[in-house]
Amino acid sequence: MINEAGSWLIIGFPLASFVIIGAVIRPFFNRYAIVAGYLTILAVAISLGLSIFAFISVADAGGNIPFESREWLSFPGLVIPFGIMMDSLTVLMLITVAGVSLLVQVYGLGYMKGDKGYAKYFAFMSLFTASMLGLVLSRGVIQLYAFWELVGLSSYLLIGFWYTRPAAAAAAKKAFLMTRLGDFAFLLAILYIFTLGDDLLDIPHLYEAAQIGAIGATAATWAALGIFAGAVGKSAQFPLNTWLPDAMEGPTPVSALVHSATMVAAGVFLVGRFFPLFELSNEAMNTVALVGGFTAVFAASMGLVANDIKRVFAFSTISQLGYMFFAIGIGAYVAAFFHLFVHAWFKTLLFMSAGSVNHASGTFDMRYMGGLRKVMPFTYATTVIGGLSLAGIFPFAGFWSKDEIFAHAAEVDSPVGWIVLILGLTAAFMTAFYMFRVIFMTYHGKFRGGVDKENEDLRAAGEEIDEAHATARVHLAESPWTMVMPLLILAVAAVLAGYLTNPTAGYGIVDQHSFGEFMTENHQVFETHEAAVHAGAEPKFNYGIAFLSTLVALSGIALAYAMYQAKLISPANLTARFKPVHRILINKYYMDELYEDIIVRNIFYNRFAKRLASFDITILDGVNVQLASWTRRFSGVLGFIQDGQLQTYGAVASAGAVVAIVIFLFWA
Amino acid sequence: MFSGYLTIAVFLPIATALLIALMPRRDQWIRWTAIGATVVELVLTITIFIRYEIDKGGVQFVDLFGNWIPIEGFDARYLLGVDGLSAPLVLLTGILGAAAAFASWRIKHRVREYFIWLLILQSSVMGVFVSLDLLLFFIFWEIELIPMFMLISGWGTGRPRYSAMKFVIFTLAGSAFMLVAILALFMSGQIGTFAMVSIPEEGIVGIPEKMALATGLIAPTALIFAFFLIAFAVKLPVWPVHSWLPDAHTDAPTAVSVMLAGVLLKMGGYGLIRISAGFFMESPDFQIRDAGWILAIGAAISIVYGAVLTLRQTDLKRLIAYSSVSHMGFVMLGVAAVSATGSKTASGGLNGAALQMFTHGTITGLLFLLVGMTYERAHTRHIPDMGGLAPKMPLIATAFLVAGLASLGLPGLSGFAAEITVFLGTWDVWPIATGISAFGVVLAAAYILWMVQRVFFGPRPERFDDAEDATIVDLIPVVGLIAPIVIVGIWPAVITDTFEIGIKATLGL
Repeated sequence: MINEAGSWLIIGFPLASFVIIGAVIRPFFNRYAIVAGYLTILAVAISLGLSIFAFISVADAGGNIPFESREWLSFPGLVIPFGIMMDSLTVLMLITVAGVSLLVQVYGLGYMKGDKGYAKYFAFMSLFTASMLGLVLSRGVIQLYAFWELVGLSSYLLIGFWYTRPAAAAAAKKAFLMTRLGDFAFLLAILYIFTLGDDLLDIPHLYEAAQIGAIGATAATWAALGIFAGAVGKSAQFPLNTWLPDAMEGPTPVSALVHSATMVAAGVFLVGRFFPLFELSNEAMNTVALVGGFTAVFAASMGLVANDIKRVFAFSTISQLGYMFFAIGIGAYVAAFFHLFVHAWFKTLLFMSAGSVNHASGTFDMRYMGGLRKVMPFTYATTVIGGLSLAGIFPFAGFWSKDEIFAHAAEVDSPVGWIVLILGLTAAFMTAFYMFRVIFMTYHGKFRGGVDKENEDLRAAGEEIDEAHATARVHLAESPWTMVMPLLILAVAAVLAGYLTNPTAGYGIVDQHSFGEFMTENHQVFETHEAAVHAGAEPKFNYGIAFLSTLVALSGIALAYAMYQAKLISPANLTARFKPVHRILINKYYMDELYEDIIVRNIFYNRFAKRLASFDITILDGVNVQLASWTRRFSGVLGFIQDGQLQTYGAVASAGAVVAIVIFLFWA
Repeated sequence: MFSGYLTIAVFLPIATALLIALMPRRDQWIRWTAIGATVVELVLTITIFIRYEIDKGGVQFVDLFGNWIPIEGFDARYLLGVDGLSAPLVLLTGILGAAAAFASWRIKHRVREYFIWLLILQSSVMGVFVSLDLLLFFIFWEIELIPMFMLISGWGTGRPRYSAMKFVIFTLAGSAFMLVAILALFMSGQIGTFAMVSIPEEGIVGIPEKMALATGLIAPTALIFAFFLIAFAVKLPVWPVHSWLPDAHTDAPTAVSVMLAGVLLKMGGYGLIRISAGFFMESPDFQIRDAGWILAIGAAISIVYGAVLTLRQTDLKRLIAYSSVSHMGFVMLGVAAVSATGSKTASGGLNGAALQMFTHGTITGLLFLLVGMTYERAHTRHIPDMGGLAPKMPLIATAFLVAGLASLGLPGLSGFAAEITVFLGTWDVWPIATGISAFGVVLAAAYILWMVQRVFFGPRPERFDDAEDATIVDLIPVVGLIAPIVIVGIWPAVITDTFEIGIKATLGL
């Protein structure tokens, strides 16, 4: 059984790696930067080992190991607690985070080779891993918020890793600010929760209060909506979705770890962590479901037309997170986390494959790729596996999780269930289409010149070529083994993770619904058996839904095949016919323009802030200056009678004396 | 009783200033003497902070010399002492005094006079924090204006005379009100003392205790409260009396900005807690909790107004100055929690306010220090002209980012601990003001990250090609300020355990 010190060490090892790299290796031994990579891998590997140990311990202990609540700050009437939360949800996230992180670090050894900031990269990656592990282990609400922000910081640092590129610097800032907007509501929710009860900043106490009915439905709604706003920011759900595509400016392993598998999924984790609170409020649950369902379609639609391979996957991530949210919103707690778990593996795989093709072609623009399957067979094969999983084709991992979500939606007895089911199926069609569009454009057909051709075209168009493009080279070969090996491991996971963890049929190595059983064992979260069933411990396998979703996915693939492989339908003609739609999609519904140009720049900065600034100078400070000048003028008047001229004083004094004498004489 | 620590702490800098005045004109000697004195002072303040016994509480290190103005019935004492509230601020003054001396390393012009004034400034601020006699407090409060005026007008840039005069006039106008308030308290028969706290061991009964028993004052209590409040609001500063601050900061030399942001503004916050809250907790007719709404509104406006204006600034120094207006608003917001006396969280609010003073001192002191270094290397503070400096000065850029992140309230650094405590303490009483103020955190992220991006990231103009990174001497104060930011950020109890003693006494718990 893991003890509390062991649990802290899960955070401690990556944190130590960050400190050692940042304070010793980077400043003094930057020549041996490779050590930073090995150190990070070692630290994360130990964390993963401890996480597996924690998983076994929690499974033995029945879903929850209670540890002590400690005090970070304590004043009369205000105690800020912290501690370790060790339950099913924690260990699921621990294994996902540490596992994906380990593979990404190995991949990074090869991918980042030769970069000036090699040591810095691994320092930031260590910091990210430590913060993310800290987030899922948090017991105090403030502690959780603290790690939540630290995760945002690591994301900021990693997106802006190549900060000399203006686009990277801008994207980093945008990511931090948009998530912070959501965190503002999250913070208000925390403050509000605190007023509901002194000890509710400790999550187990919050669970207890929610279960015994100490929190009313209205209070729960407000608190849950605030928390959800934080999740919307971090998980890039509508309307705070615009930062994630830009975040692809970071190095590709970062996109794989931070911006697809773990950090952005933290929003789903957050809702799961406060699930007992959400369950108290129908309004909150429905909001989560509808926002998730809408985002699933909304983001997928932008993925249909994007030409940058990483951006397609970014839209895909937003869309898949939407699935998780709508699952949790309709109460399918287990299905949501099942999808989170399997999605982490196959989406990491897809991002790594994007990095791999970039290694060969020097670009991320799919219009300059093509034909790569011949030169990179391993990358190609693993991408297809990942793609089939994402599209939800039997028997790949994504099929099982997505199907469970749909099966739940079909069982929900309200309009919300039908709405999200339709949205989900629509998104599934789009997903299959854009995924196979990527595969056909990247790996099939003829090679279209890579970065060399792209630079040529850019020059022809008279555009500037940035540093990244100028230094990139076409190098048609399979990537080094440090990059291929993680791909292979992930491909195995993308095939098996679905069936092995939560088989809907009861034969094989693992028990039926073992994942669901494990997740709902925790009596802190699911007080009663009914609550656990409701959360999805025992979903039925719905053949009708499974058939329908497979059909939808296959037709998406077929359309992609028809357009990009068989060339039965010309994409150019289609684009021309639906020009306005295409323009809206390719411009991401003009949300960036709305937010950045209209709201922030025009309305806020150039009107409101500008007027306030001129008020400050001309009116507020103007009063001061005016007062000063009146004082000076007034003193000028008085100063006239005291001008220091002895003659004047003498004259006035004599005249006064004469007047006085005259008055005195005549009066008396 | 006369333990002597505090008397030395107050007069060591001024004595060194005297010594420097008599020294031969060798700039290097003068620099080392001044730096040496501030380092000794720092060690002394650390000693005082550590040796303050939390278990015992109350006022410690008392230096008492009765009736230093020998007039019958004029009960003005030379009374120094620290309690939980002032001990961390004494430490803060020590830290920033040393940082300011190091930051003055590159002063070339009239070195002797410069350091004399800088040391006098440190003495006077130290005097404010340790004086427990109102008259003495007032004298130190006023003395501080003279070195500030000299330093800004003599070694400043831009419009130094205008800014120095503006600073002096604003503060003087505020302290005129304070003097009236002090006299009104003293003249009130039932008060009749200048002692700011009770010290049972010395048989001194302080104003708070007498106030609680008094039935009336010679002037309306609310008026006396208001007069004190004006003085502290100007010093803090709070909207709408903040407009001296951006000018003073922009035109002051680096070290003076460090002192101004780091400790001088804290005099206002200290006064708010020690006097406005301490004296008027149980006063007759009117208590501070009745004025909580004024504090809350003023704080919320300051925070958001300051933050929005910060976004508009194009001068690096002016930008940090406006951010101070915003951040000092959190101090006032925390104090507004006194309205919750009887309810649960007043203590949290006040402790948060006190902690915010400490954290803002170290964070903004560091920011000004780094702005000064950047300016020396880039020869401009105009943000649109800057860019891409990070590869040329990675150490300065990293430190700048750390300070900036602390300023925007990143957990793990000290600003977060203070802000979250203020929010939790105040939300219960003033939810709307707190909610509006919390939006200041979003705006803070915007102005800090945008500033960092424009100054350090992106492509680099050619004229910065020979910019150099920080030297070892430059790094000493930087590291010295980052250390408390990180330590307090991770484990704020090192400071709040001490503050808590003072706050408890103030709240009468």
